[in-house]
Amino acid sequence: MRTIRFIIQKEFLQIFRNKAMLPIIFLLPVIQLVILSNAATYEIQDIRMVAIDKDNSPMSHRLLSKLNGSPYFKLLQVTNNTKVGTEALNNGIADIVLEIPHRMEKNVTSNIPVKLQLSVNAIDGVKAGLASGYMQAIIVEYGKGIIMLNPPSSLSGGVVTQTSNWFNESLDYKTFMVPGILVLLVTMIGTFLTAMNIVREKELGTMEQLNVSPIKKHHFIIGKLFPFLVLGLLELFIGLVVAKLVFNTPFLGSLFIVFLFAILYLMVVLGIGLLISTITETQQQAMFISWFFMVIFILMSGLFTPIESMPVWAQKITLFNPVRYFIEIMRMVMLKGSGFGDVGRHFLILGIYALVINGLAIWQYRKTS
Amino acid sequence: MNRFTAFVKKEFLHILRDPRTLLIMFGMPVAQVILFGFAITNEISNAKIAILDQSKDVVTQKLISKILSTGYFELENYLNSEYEIEQVFREGKVKEVIVFGPNFASDFQNGKANLQVIADATDPNTGTTLINYTNAIVNDFIGQEFAGSARILPIRIETRMWYNPELLGVFYFIPGVITIILMLVSTMLTSISIAREKELGTMEVLLASPMKPAQVILAKVIPYLFLSFFNAIVILLMGRFVFHLPFEGSIVFLLLETLLFIIVALSLGVLISTKVATQQLALMISLFALMLPTILLSGFIFPVENMPIALQVISHFIPAKWFVIIIKSILLKGNDISHLWKETLILVAFVVVFIGASIKNYKVRLE
Repeated sequence: MRTIRFIIQKEFLQIFRNKAMLPIIFLLPVIQLVILSNAATYEIQDIRMVAIDKDNSPMSHRLLSKLNGSPYFKLLQVTNNTKVGTEALNNGIADIVLEIPHRMEKNVTSNIPVKLQLSVNAIDGVKAGLASGYMQAIIVEYGKGIIMLNPPSSLSGGVVTQTSNWFNESLDYKTFMVPGILVLLVTMIGTFLTAMNIVREKELGTMEQLNVSPIKKHHFIIGKLFPFLVLGLLELFIGLVVAKLVFNTPFLGSLFIVFLFAILYLMVVLGIGLLISTITETQQQAMFISWFFMVIFILMSGLFTPIESMPVWAQKITLFNPVRYFIEIMRMVMLKGSGFGDVGRHFLILGIYALVINGLAIWQYRKTS
Repeated sequence: MNRFTAFVKKEFLHILRDPRTLLIMFGMPVAQVILFGFAITNEISNAKIAILDQSKDVVTQKLISKILSTGYFELENYLNSEYEIEQVFREGKVKEVIVFGPNFASDFQNGKANLQVIADATDPNTGTTLINYTNAIVNDFIGQEFAGSARILPIRIETRMWYNPELLGVFYFIPGVITIILMLVSTMLTSISIAREKELGTMEVLLASPMKPAQVILAKVIPYLFLSFFNAIVILLMGRFVFHLPFEGSIVFLLLETLLFIIVALSLGVLISTKVATQQLALMISLFALMLPTILLSGFIFPVENMPIALQVISHFIPAKWFVIIIKSILLKGNDISHLWKETLILVAFVVVFIGASIKNYKVRLE
């Protein structure tokens, strides 16, 4: 026990004496959390639109002004030349080009079907899908208005649909992103620092001294792990305070569950860092490997793109991604108020994970070189 | 000049003698591109839903089977009461709950059938998308059931998706993944180089040598330039043959732009390297400080033009953002220098600033 305490003391001293690292550990995550949480949004506004109006009737004018009046579209130009519209799409002036055919008004009033043509720059598939969805909705709405004006004689059945968005009624992206980005920052700090930790001692030659000392393998691993666990929890706490103060992120569930889970979670990610550290020879190698896993963990965590959208094999891979579980827990507890009963399975999985990873790290660490 | 080539050779040997790092360097980007090219997508399919059917009649059965047959939704379970709605959401099992009101079939004929669509909007994008899908399916269903009656709208929209007709996520994500990998790997590689010499004490030898600062830096960058460029070619080949990206534009132009972007990243690495004393610090800056801003502000996942103005301004200082624009325009639209001169000039400006600052920072004395 005494041995562990000394290692812990040494590690803390090393962390706090490194003045250049302190702002990176404590300040940078907060800055990134505050700034980057604003960046992650799919809310789309002012999609640049060019209209080719071949009808040039009161109806087409009303339709265009209705589109322009919505927050989604910004009408840049109205032309009657198809070429001008295509050109605008080609050189990136417009995102979307709507073509209104000849005699739209005439045909609509005499109930002949009319086809509007919509061309979308679809390089960004998501944006294109949303843009055409909004367009569709506005035009359908407009069409309904026309039906109302001339009610058909035989009004037949249908459905009254009511939609509601639970847990995030205002559809605020920040509410969704802040907990996730906070998890990423805590994870990166923890993994990178521990991954470089042991290997640094190897590279600088101080590892010899530790190896000849009477420290047991598990003492060594625990002593290396503990300071970063404390650091990670502190980091998480600061992040949660910032989330509350700056973003007013709701926190419906229990703080206790989050921190209990965080301890388990940090044991997993720090264990991964230590494992990397024991199997590499230079800091460069350690960083490369941890970076590789970190990019995979981040992009396959369900934070930026939903896990359900991934192919089945990729969804299976995410089962081994600790970040995924912590992000899920954070969202469930903070935004939905989930309790122990709802997240018990996550605890079990990460518990097993922590045992396996740290067992491996202890087993892999060799006192002989 | 002879002295300089000898120095470059030394740097090459350093790299080639560490086969582990080489393997990581080439193996990992390839693995990542393959993984992400196939895995990352925003298209929603097989979203789990729960259904609370208070009527259980012919019409609800028909509508449910229509909803489930589209491929967008997958039924997790039927609920028995409204209480269970909140429960399934809190367990995180389903993304949407559809509630059919009582007497659905008879109300359906009168146009008053009650349908409630509730989405878990903790993820707003998925939430709205699912609601939109459901509405579209229901409208389509009404159209089918009452075909021929005047309920059907007289206006139809025909949508054409240009440049990426199938809305493939791959087209959007692969250029982004290439950019991120080149940016981070190249920056990291050079950022450690000088810091390592400092940390291991070999910096003194370099300082005592008659090499000029610019020569030392250049010699350090050249080997990594080759390696990164080779890396880029491998990734582009995979984009072509594994993911069938269209190569609309000129390949020579694309390679030149790629080379320019690698130089930007390498010179940023050099700048970091001259500033810091330890490899640890160099790595934390080049990876931790750069990773999320590069992913989030480059327009790789989230469109830059939706961000608040302040962030759009910040994004101008992210080199990756400009390269994402360049590579996408060349690959998907076939644009050439006449469209992309502005972005190219900005990248050149980055190089000038980074290199200039590095030379200024490079100290010929140890503290």
